[in-house]
Amino acid sequence: MVTFSIVQLIPLLRSLFSRPVTERLPRPPGQPEPARFPGSVQLRHVDAGSCNGCELEIASAFGPVYDAERFGARLVASPRHADGVLVTGVVTRNMAIPLAKTLDAVPRPRVVVACGDCALGGGPFAGGYGVADGAWPLADPDVAIPGCPPGPVAITQALRALTGR
Amino acid sequence: MSAALFLSGLGLGVAGSLAGAALPARARVPAASVLTAGACTTAFAAAAGVLASGGAVTASSAQILPLTGVTLSLDPLGAVFVITAAAVGAAASCYNVGYAARGGGSRTATALLPLFITSLLLVPAAASIATFMAAWELMALSSLLLLLTGHRRREVRDAAQWYAVMTHAGAAAILLAFVLIGAHAGGQSFAAIRAHAGAVPPAVRSLAFVLALAGFASKAGAVPLHVWLPRAHPEAPSPVSALMSGAMVNLGIYGIVRTGDGLLRGGEMWWWLAVAGLGVTSALFGGIHAAASSDLKRLLAYSTADNMGLVLTGVGVAGALAVTGHRVLAALAMIAALFQLVNHSAFKGCLFLAAGSVQRAAGTRDLDSLGGLLRRLPVTAALFGIAALSICALPPFSGFASEWLLLQGFLRGFTAHGAATATALLAGVAALALTGGLTAAAFVKAFGIGFLGQPRTPGAAAAGEAHPAMTVGTALLAVPCLVLGVVPGAVVPLLARAAATALGGPWPDPLQAGPGLAIAGSADVIQPVLLAAALLAGLALAWGLVRLRARAGAERGHRARRAEAWGCGRELQTARMQYTATSFAEPLQRVFDDVLRPDHDLDVSHLAESRYFEQAITYRSRIDDAIERGAYRPLTAGVQRWGEVARRAQNGSVHRYLGYGFAALVILLVVLA
Amino acid sequence: MSTSLLASAGVSAIQLGAAATGGPLLYGLMAKVRARAEGRAGAPVRQPLLDLWKLAGKERIHAGHSSVVLPLAPLVLIASTAAAVVIAPLISTGPALGRTSDVFVIVFLLLLGSVAVALGGLDTGTAFGGMGASRAMTIGALTEPALLVAVLALSIQAGTSNLPGIVSATLAHPGWAAPPERVLALAALVIVVLAETGRIPVDNPSTHLELTMIHEAMILEYAGPELALVTLGETMRLGLLLSLLANLFFPWGIAATASIPRLVLGLAVLAAKTAAIAGVIAVAEVSAAKLRLFRVPEILSAAFVLSVLAVVTGLVLP
Repeated sequence: MVTFSIVQLIPLLRSLFSRPVTERLPRPPGQPEPARFPGSVQLRHVDAGSCNGCELEIASAFGPVYDAERFGARLVASPRHADGVLVTGVVTRNMAIPLAKTLDAVPRPRVVVACGDCALGGGPFAGGYGVADGAWPLADPDVAIPGCPPGPVAITQALRALTGR
Repeated sequence: MSAALFLSGLGLGVAGSLAGAALPARARVPAASVLTAGACTTAFAAAAGVLASGGAVTASSAQILPLTGVTLSLDPLGAVFVITAAAVGAAASCYNVGYAARGGGSRTATALLPLFITSLLLVPAAASIATFMAAWELMALSSLLLLLTGHRRREVRDAAQWYAVMTHAGAAAILLAFVLIGAHAGGQSFAAIRAHAGAVPPAVRSLAFVLALAGFASKAGAVPLHVWLPRAHPEAPSPVSALMSGAMVNLGIYGIVRTGDGLLRGGEMWWWLAVAGLGVTSALFGGIHAAASSDLKRLLAYSTADNMGLVLTGVGVAGALAVTGHRVLAALAMIAALFQLVNHSAFKGCLFLAAGSVQRAAGTRDLDSLGGLLRRLPVTAALFGIAALSICALPPFSGFASEWLLLQGFLRGFTAHGAATATALLAGVAALALTGGLTAAAFVKAFGIGFLGQPRTPGAAAAGEAHPAMTVGTALLAVPCLVLGVVPGAVVPLLARAAATALGGPWPDPLQAGPGLAIAGSADVIQPVLLAAALLAGLALAWGLVRLRARAGAERGHRARRAEAWGCGRELQTARMQYTATSFAEPLQRVFDDVLRPDHDLDVSHLAESRYFEQAITYRSRIDDAIERGAYRPLTAGVQRWGEVARRAQNGSVHRYLGYGFAALVILLVVLA
Repeated sequence: MSTSLLASAGVSAIQLGAAATGGPLLYGLMAKVRARAEGRAGAPVRQPLLDLWKLAGKERIHAGHSSVVLPLAPLVLIASTAAAVVIAPLISTGPALGRTSDVFVIVFLLLLGSVAVALGGLDTGTAFGGMGASRAMTIGALTEPALLVAVLALSIQAGTSNLPGIVSATLAHPGWAAPPERVLALAALVIVVLAETGRIPVDNPSTHLELTMIHEAMILEYAGPELALVTLGETMRLGLLLSLLANLFFPWGIAATASIPRLVLGLAVLAAKTAAIAGVIAVAEVSAAKLRLFRVPEILSAAFVLSVLAVVTGLVLP
């Protein structure tokens, strides 16, 4: 059942009333593009054959230190609730159709965010026997986050560019 | 005037029966239906006249029944039951035109249906013991024979057996109770009994009430005497099911109210607490089984037991409050119970007729095989939806108004200080709340699994809209669900007169006048018209906002895009992946495992070569009625064992039989000498 | 007469507007408290409002096998919740249709919203919709007894089931806030509110695992404006339930007359009370885990027992 212990509450209340550990992220230099989803963007993450390196970085990007949620970005469970898909991994043959279906389920206007070198053209696995080459929808992603894996700062800045915050 | 109207209504009913028996095949069903509808309309008018005027109409004849004659008297209490029976009867006869059109109504069925409806109109008007029992038996026999029109199927024969035994045992108990009362009160007409009710000794009164309660509660479907109901109601033809659930079970309540309040002039506190206890048990048991059932008509039958339980609780609370002298509170509880009864007839009748249309169209009444019927039978689905929303007591439909009134009746009753009453009231409120939730779950399941989504079998996919006469009959009963919900204040004052008659009036009216429901002397009031208007305004506002925003994003057009349902990206989605009624009810079934006691059967057969490999696995799960399995089966097994023992005394030898006769003669001579 | 009609209509309009903006703000506040307790900066409190505005401008999608019920369900949810907000005494004891503002009416209007969303989930023809509807109706069925008996306890004490009547009675008798029956009823209603709004420990509103979803599974198929309506309806429901909790048990600050300064004060006090309750709930959510689905009936039975005890104590104690 629901157990409350005073021991459990003390550190919780302490962190509630102290400064958060989130790092301040300055805006990247240069002219910012107009935000495609000003203020709020929800993304549906699809693992299309990744080694989980990008997933760990994404988890870190939504964690306490880098906290992408403060810029209005959020991961959601259903593509119908999302504004786009966040794809990691080289698109394997088995994941080609499910990825296409997931993107098709997203209501327009929608974006494709390719995270990691694998999603951007194969990375170390390009040309493998299980890889679906030139798979739509990653043929021309709207946002590209290069890196193997890209760091949480890069991911957060890319999401921030979508919301313009 | 009203007497002639009522008698002509009965006459038209008999004429309809004769027409159904005598006419050739083509003309049989329409003629009988028209005559029966006419009978129902005239009886409705006569009863409405009685309610409006507040008096009673009587008629008697020494001719029709030998030795006792026939005495009829329609007072406001009986008028309410005649009105509900007439409304359901008219809808059922209109429905029958379409129902029998394809199957071809047999002579028996077409002749018996008007007779059944006439008996339903006759019972509330009976004013002597002989008339009452004659009408009661007519009702029982005609419904039994109508049930047996499907006798080629084994389930129907089983159901008819249970129904016959229980209804006749109940009739015997009722007859015994009436005879006890009549013998002491010196007369067999209800008026004479009422006048001399004080002459009946208290022990006999209590015994008579208990017997009458057993008989009438069984007819009303009160647990634990309900086991015929989930068997007979699903197996009967659909118009007959609607009449049974919408009009016949009401007469059980009528009998209890008439015996306890009318004949026995009130009575003891423990009588009414027992009635309330029966009501609470029925409501809970019926609600749990309805939530767990995957057979559409069985679900509706258990829901009848549930609603009758709520009415019984109201009647019990009213009686208990009347005994302790709280006149206004008792009247309020009785009005609430009668209102719930009237509304139940309307929406349950509509639900059974719609379920019959579904069964005809899809070929099955198993919810696990239906689905997607909203697009194939749109009108029937809409009518089922209206009745389902009403039975879930959702505003602005009629079920909400009557449940609100019941809750008010219970709430007010708490001001009458008394531990027993307070416990009964608290149990009543808790039962009403839990059954409300269970009913909502049951009907979301029935409507959602049966009508929404994709069809689960080819039979459901091939379903088509029902015959227009069937939809008209169903719609006739859906209209009161809306009207009585939006303007309950038009009907409830008439029920106040009936309640006053029931409790031995005149009693002060606990409700204020007006289109809504307002309790006199308090701030509690609802105005369903305003609620309905607010809901419609909210709907229009929300829809307008959606269209406005869609128009603003005009480059995408304002039509919604049709796309495949989201299934986690899997390549193939079938109708089998949907939830079925059994899976929908599974969490509730787990919670109420002790009450339902489902029967799980797992059969694993292994390969001959090795026990590590299975060849076939069969899993079967059934939910039987636990009371039938736990109480009735041992009883019937015991009776059968007694029968086997007695068979040894009847071994076929003529010598032994002659010996029995001789011994009986000797004993008689000894005794008489 | 007409001025009082106009005044009560104005009060209801303010209540509706406050619920439509305050509900999402409460959601945002609970998310912020949760984030801060986890040591994160968290999204701003107004984030749900931004989400709703963006969703309203997206494409509408209907599942292939769905019928008219799927787009109709969010409309019925909004209509029923808005009707309940309009008649409940939130910032003043004199909302429009206040005479018909009965506590049982509110309960059944909320049930209408739940049934509509469940039917919308079943209309999608997918396994998720059925699963969400099944679990939601089970939990709804088991919260009904606790809810109705707890409000019965309040109605018995106040002698009426009319909501403004109960609130006014508690204002007139400040000593009524303390007795054990009130505390028991409050405990029962807190558990009921957690179940009805789908918070931890009954349901996790931010889960991604479909097999752990209860409410979210029913709305998995909604997109764009319809999703915005469903989400708005759910936030208004949360706002309504927290406001009723606040006003039934701690009604001080509610406007007894319809004058402008009193209404502004009432709005401010209501915002403070609901924000406080929301904060407490958020802290409780962070420190507790979601219950297994088949353990939820146990906590709901506990709520029922508490509400029965509330009624019995109210009748037995003088």
